[in-house]
Amino acid sequence: MSTGLPKEYYRLLEELQTVDFVLLELSLYLDTHPDDPQAIAQVQQFYLRRQGLVQQFETQFGPLQEYAHSPTVMGWPWAEMPWPWQV
Amino acid sequence: MKVSKCDPRLAKYLIEQYGGADGELAAALRYLNQRYTIPDKVIGLLTDIGTEEFAHLEMIATMVYKLTKDATVEQMEAAGLGGHLVDHGFDLYYHNAAGNPFTVACLTAKGDPIANLYEDIAAEEKARATYQWLIDITDDADIQDGLRFLREREVIHALRFREAVEMLKGYQEEKKVF
Repeated sequence: MSTGLPKEYYRLLEELQTVDFVLLELSLYLDTHPDDPQAIAQVQQFYLRRQGLVQQFETQFGPLQEYAHSPTVMGWPWAEMPWPWQV
Repeated sequence: MKVSKCDPRLAKYLIEQYGGADGELAAALRYLNQRYTIPDKVIGLLTDIGTEEFAHLEMIATMVYKLTKDATVEQMEAAGLGGHLVDHGFDLYYHNAAGNPFTVACLTAKGDPIANLYEDIAAEEKARATYQWLIDITDDADIQDGLRFLREREVIHALRFREAVEMLKGYQEEKKVF
């Protein structure tokens, strides 16, 4: 499954994973430090960066999220996407 | 998850974090079950960490799957997975490294937020120790990389749970002022 995927797929996915990890870490930190304005500003910054990356990825490679939370214009590409354990 | 070789022996050990008492499934179920009765201030943390554990479960599953998908019956048997093979074939199953099926008997819910959170801290420390044993038992650089990442997550989770205990202690003292 992984052989047919272009380098760009892995590059974008890795960048997305990096941004997601930052957001995850900030979330857990804010769960116990909810009054830190610097952390909240970082969340906002990375949230916007994530939106751009998701749009870039989904336009090229298809939906990232289940339950039709990603835009679907034609057909049903969700079931055709390679799964995390296949890439 | 990058896995560069077929190694059913390692898969047999890694399955501990899939269906073992201190594994990712146990962690996810433990935290998400405690959410309903914990004071509001800590519900978010239990939800977020519990959800992250499911992501880790998927990472472990991916490693086990990739380590075994190209194995022959002979290789599985030589790795001590003959018993697994006759019951499950190449499917994954929620059991520990010794082959005992997952049981929720390893989880507690004490009806006391402080007792529950100390259990959570202990669970993270035990999972961290298991990851260290797994890192020591393999020389596969890709797998070690993933395991080190997961080990560090246990450290962060234990830290956040310790902070949650302090938040609740403050909250309980506030209540006593009344």
